Amino acid sequence: MVVRKTTVPMSQQDPDARIRNFDEVALGYSAEQAVEEAKRCLQCKDRPCVSGCPVEVDIPAFIRLIAEKRFTEAIRKIKETNNLPAICGRVCPQEEQCTKHCTLGKKFEPVAIGRLERFVADLELENGLPPVPRAKPSGKKVAVVGSGPAGLTAAADLAKLGHEVVLFEALHKAGGVLMYGIPNFRLPKEVVRAEVGYVMSLGVKLETDVVIGKLYSVDELLECFDAVFIGTGAGLPHFIGIPGENLPGIYSANEFLIRANLMKAYLFPEYDTPIKVGRRVVTVGGGNVAMDAARTALRLGAEESLILYRRTESEMPARIEEVKRAKEEGVKFQLLSQPVKILGSDCVQAIECIRMKLGEPDESGRRRPVPVKGSNFVLDTDLIVVAIGQGPNPLIPKCTPCLKTNSNGTIQVDEGTCMTSKGGVFAGGDIATGEATVIQAMSAGKRAAESIHEYITRKDRKATSS
Amino acid sequence: MRANVVTFLHKILRKDTLTSDANLLVVEAPEIAKKCKPGQFIILRIDERGERIPLSLADYDPKKGTITTIFLATGKTTQKLASMSEGDFIANVAGPLGTPSDIDHFGHVVLCGGGLGIAPLYPIAKALKNMRNKITVIIGARSKNLLFYEDELKSVSDQLYVTTDDGTKGKKGFVTDQLQELLAREKIDRVVAIGPAIMMKSVADATRPYGVRTVVSLNSIMVDGTGMCGACRVEVGGETKFTCVDGPEFDAHLVDFGLLMKRLNTYLAEEKRAKELCNKTSMGAH
Repeated sequence: MVVRKTTVPMSQQDPDARIRNFDEVALGYSAEQAVEEAKRCLQCKDRPCVSGCPVEVDIPAFIRLIAEKRFTEAIRKIKETNNLPAICGRVCPQEEQCTKHCTLGKKFEPVAIGRLERFVADLELENGLPPVPRAKPSGKKVAVVGSGPAGLTAAADLAKLGHEVVLFEALHKAGGVLMYGIPNFRLPKEVVRAEVGYVMSLGVKLETDVVIGKLYSVDELLECFDAVFIGTGAGLPHFIGIPGENLPGIYSANEFLIRANLMKAYLFPEYDTPIKVGRRVVTVGGGNVAMDAARTALRLGAEESLILYRRTESEMPARIEEVKRAKEEGVKFQLLSQPVKILGSDCVQAIECIRMKLGEPDESGRRRPVPVKGSNFVLDTDLIVVAIGQGPNPLIPKCTPCLKTNSNGTIQVDEGTCMTSKGGVFAGGDIATGEATVIQAMSAGKRAAESIHEYITRKDRKATSS
Repeated sequence: MRANVVTFLHKILRKDTLTSDANLLVVEAPEIAKKCKPGQFIILRIDERGERIPLSLADYDPKKGTITTIFLATGKTTQKLASMSEGDFIANVAGPLGTPSDIDHFGHVVLCGGGLGIAPLYPIAKALKNMRNKITVIIGARSKNLLFYEDELKSVSDQLYVTTDDGTKGKKGFVTDQLQELLAREKIDRVVAIGPAIMMKSVADATRPYGVRTVVSLNSIMVDGTGMCGACRVEVGGETKFTCVDGPEFDAHLVDFGLLMKRLNTYLAEEKRAKELCNKTSMGAH
């Protein structure tokens, strides 16, 4: 049989149409397309793709099941190790993980693993999730703090082991960054709700509107639970630190996206939360979040949406696919430029920048941007979004005794076990590693669940033997 | 904390109209009531389409499991909240948020409340009174019929002054006029001011020459209330701070009130639009 050299294309909303709505851009495979793509898989014995997957999905096995049109079995196979496949199929950077190692990719285009994962996951969500048999209760209770990818994964895995899990969320909806951060056009909120619903169906109890550190301390949780997992994420927006940055009309990417996504400000005034719609929006930064913000600005009605980035396109941390989609939609790129001052009296009116050139590589291996003296220029703008990354949210570390943090504010953990310096307390995801991907947080959640299970059952054995 | 956690329900137990636009709500929130400290606040969301709004607390009762908030029905959300009845449920209430007030034995503390800012003074005054401070309260409003909580504050203070802009009650003038008088004749160890930004700025300007430590509670715009978005950022002593986690109370002499006022005006146009739509719909319903 001759192998198809290119991946089966996935249809997507036309750029002209999609910049007027918040619906999902990528439309997914049909069953025929999925089977055709699945048949491209070489079923390598040594499974190189699996080694690239942080949660070790048995990729060749589920792809073979798709090729054989055994879709239900395919999703079961994925869910053995991945609790949130409809999310991963959409937002995982597969090009740096599974597909990077695809044997087919050495000569041709790699198998579109993410699209296949998404296809079977969506199919299951459409058909309704089958009831999940509850595990035998262990009599142990675990508190999971934060309902983002790390928390959801830890909660699901612990519930599967029969532990009673209460998932605490500070906001009014579960999902963390999946809900408030990633826009609907990239990750529809009904998909997040459905995946959260799956985790709940395993027996996890959800408590929204609970800010741990304020309503309950971690020590109080330890009085009622056998262990605590902290997965509160990277919730501290970084600002540039230049004059004028606190003027009205300047958002952190977090605020801009929370308003647009979680609060549905794009439906204002039918929904109550307002958002500023700029005419000429400047987004500072070059990551996925910056692309999300720039594309959101267009959809809100901006005439022009510009990405301002201090290096060149090849150093941009955003996924190539996201940059491509942003360009298709008309987002403009002002590269090798760094803001130095924001101008305006009552609100933002312009941003003063300086041109940069690339110098010697820095510790990240990327060439360091160096300012070009006297090259300052001014861009008119009425809305700025600062998307230059974020730090760990300090709320819990600040008020929890004996919980050690690193110099950058992340919680100190043993990487393998996610154990913190405080007995019975585990942490994982961005709060422990600093800003990373959804799947890396999920992987930490998995590791944490394993060692929490080990910790609480061992505690039990000790108690009975003494 | 409760051993068996169940979904929180927040029932409105009591609703009163205090003045023509100030409303009082007593809401069932046993866990928050247990944890609340003076100076802290809540964020609530009325329903699925609602925005998250921060509200300061006028009181809380851990025994009854209730919290009391007083708000002005000026925007779309607060109007909606004012139209709710006893027995209705509020979808989401998160709290207690923010850093509690510094409660200690300071000596003579003057608490200034302007308009809606009168309400959150009460728990602070009560706690300071318990620490054997001499408490002077100055409350002010535009007019007599906009004043409230006078009896409550009287019960926790050694002296209470009232000012009204139009002279319909107490001294004619502003809270700061009364404060100026006190500053000139009495030894004051600490001033706490809560009210409109312009009033807090005037208090800061009044106490600055006397070097009296002055604390203000800022009413910044917020979204999450956990330090995640930076909507509430303010400049204090040249540093950027988040009102929701670093505040809401700050050293009045270091706050950039001009910036605070600019930021409070961010959504004026949007608020107007929302209210117009809201009024149109409610008119259509009649």
